[in-house]
Amino acid sequence: MNSTLLSIRDLKVHFDLGGGGPLDKLFGTNPVKRVLKAVDGVSLDIYEQETFGLVGESGCGKSTLGRAILRLTEPTEGQVFYRDRDLAHLSQRQLREQRRHLQIIFQDPYASLNPRMTVGQIVGEPLETFRLARGREAEQRVQELLETVGLSKRFIKRYPHEFSGGQRQRIGIARALAVDPDFIVADEPISALDVSIQAQIMNLLEKLRREKNLTYLFISHDLRAIRHVSDRVAVMYLGKLVEIAEAKTIYKEPLMPYTKALISAVPVPDPQVEATRQRIMLEGDVPSPINPPSGCPFHTRCPYAIDVCKEVVPQLVEIKPAHFAACIRISPAQPHIENVAPGAAPGLE
Amino acid sequence: MTPGANGNLLEVKNLRTYFETDDGIVKAVDDISFQLKRGETLGIVGESGSGKSVTNLSIIRLVPTPPGKIVSGQVVFNGNDLLLLSNDAIRKIRGRRIAMIFQDPMTSLNPFMKISRQLMEMTELHLGHTKAQAHAHAIRMLETVGIPDARERADSYPHEFSGGMRQRAMIAMALSCEPELLIADEPTTALDVTIQAQILELIKKLKRETGTSVILITHDLGVVAGMTDHVIVMYAGKIFEQAPTKELFSVPGNPYTKGLLRSVPDPTAEQGKLYQIPGLPPDVAHLKPGCPFAQRCDYTQDICTREFPQFVQLNSDHYSLCHFAREVYSESGGTPV
Repeated sequence: MNSTLLSIRDLKVHFDLGGGGPLDKLFGTNPVKRVLKAVDGVSLDIYEQETFGLVGESGCGKSTLGRAILRLTEPTEGQVFYRDRDLAHLSQRQLREQRRHLQIIFQDPYASLNPRMTVGQIVGEPLETFRLARGREAEQRVQELLETVGLSKRFIKRYPHEFSGGQRQRIGIARALAVDPDFIVADEPISALDVSIQAQIMNLLEKLRREKNLTYLFISHDLRAIRHVSDRVAVMYLGKLVEIAEAKTIYKEPLMPYTKALISAVPVPDPQVEATRQRIMLEGDVPSPINPPSGCPFHTRCPYAIDVCKEVVPQLVEIKPAHFAACIRISPAQPHIENVAPGAAPGLE
Repeated sequence: MTPGANGNLLEVKNLRTYFETDDGIVKAVDDISFQLKRGETLGIVGESGSGKSVTNLSIIRLVPTPPGKIVSGQVVFNGNDLLLLSNDAIRKIRGRRIAMIFQDPMTSLNPFMKISRQLMEMTELHLGHTKAQAHAHAIRMLETVGIPDARERADSYPHEFSGGMRQRAMIAMALSCEPELLIADEPTTALDVTIQAQILELIKKLKRETGTSVILITHDLGVVAGMTDHVIVMYAGKIFEQAPTKELFSVPGNPYTKGLLRSVPDPTAEQGKLYQIPGLPPDVAHLKPGCPFAQRCDYTQDICTREFPQFVQLNSDHYSLCHFAREVYSESGGTPV
């Protein structure tokens, strides 16, 4: 196993939505202080040169977690260690220096590129910002970058609107690569793309990772894509990680009930399989992160929930080697919830 | 309400829908034909710009005109050509006998009107319900689609519903007049996977109970595999392949379909390099002669860039638009007729 590149410890991102102030109380408009807990105590190690997949449904906090690691959103609490420096507590100036090593690719290639800049300017800007290259040398470098991501260097003077979604995503990738980073947060990089283009971008990212020894945090709601690109996967629900395991394992043998439901809900492109498989149907919607349920965040929809689940917040426990799950109804001795006695909570013992 | 003589609820024949743009004429749908039997679900798969949505807007005559225009063809629904009906007559069919649901429920829900009111409008207009009847029916429909506490929630406004609930409300509205045909255009694309599973299960259940025929437009091959009886694969305004769902997935007869199937990651397979279709979808306004997929195809020969391919019959109910359809089909393990 490679050494750890990023160590995230008890990271929290809470958004204060107001309320609870003296005037709110006086007029009774917003008597209770409302806090949205987008990321609520996440701890995680990402190893060098791995692709770490982060999967979850909308509103679970996965994008906020990705942004908080890079401090594009300020964390409320916790640490992010990158090469022994805590990014969460660096000064703005120190942070700027580190940004060179940590980059991001966004979901929407239409919104994340400045429409008034040429491709050459977009990809070349980071070179200038970090004073890595100028003039002829910078131009040379931009041409190389475009070729690396599979775009013709003839495109250098064109504007973003002249490109398709997949090509724009390539431009975004070229820009992220310009500063020669170690670590890239890929935030839903294929979600806005057509099926045939998704495969191209996944293959490109994988090729770049191998060639440039990159480490990725690959964020997506698409379990099939996550399973394909990742070495390890974490499942996030209402601001918390609920399961971490190798990509293969989590697909074959999910332990936490939410992961089980999530994986059973993914449509498989095979009519024979679809005709026979049993889905775990979850009732209702994901609860609001503003007033998340007490205890286990999943207890309101969990088919296995018992009364204790409403009270005890489950911690990530290593149920099997390198396979962590947050559920009090399972334990290393009794890893499969189907076999646990009704009402029992072996994780509490 | 007599079904078509041959048991088909819908027959689309040689439909052409073109758009006039500054960039020239875009043949969004170019000479496509297909049938839908009563009680069946047809999947239409394609990437953006393939013409799958325009096909369905053409069926219910909602193509924005100008710039769009149905240039030729027939859309025979229950024996009547919808393209020949007056605007009044088509309005009576839309919503009543053919209903639509879209990707974004807010395109069909009025943000300023209570959900109950919007459902009531449907049956008051189409079924002549009184206010009381319509209200009772609205509640029943909301219960059917699984809105919890339907009686209390019915008087909410759309913004007070979550995405999944709005989608349910839209389905309730679409089904409130028991249409014979439901057209669902990417109904779950904007939803999370656990909610998607709920909505797809709901559509299946309603189909079983009411016998409604469904056209399901989607880009997700997994959804097609689980939901449909027949599939049409569209590319550049053409039908590239058409087959019963099981047949299409097990013995594809078109290189584009084959490529699409291979480029979706299979969660049960080993990781590794994913097959990728090279290049980009064509600019439909400037199609080159020959096959529109020729530039991206593994099977391309000289003829592909010269001549437009034939729609080849591979099996009783299986067609493919390709010069080498038989070869591709054989390679997949099929025996062409």
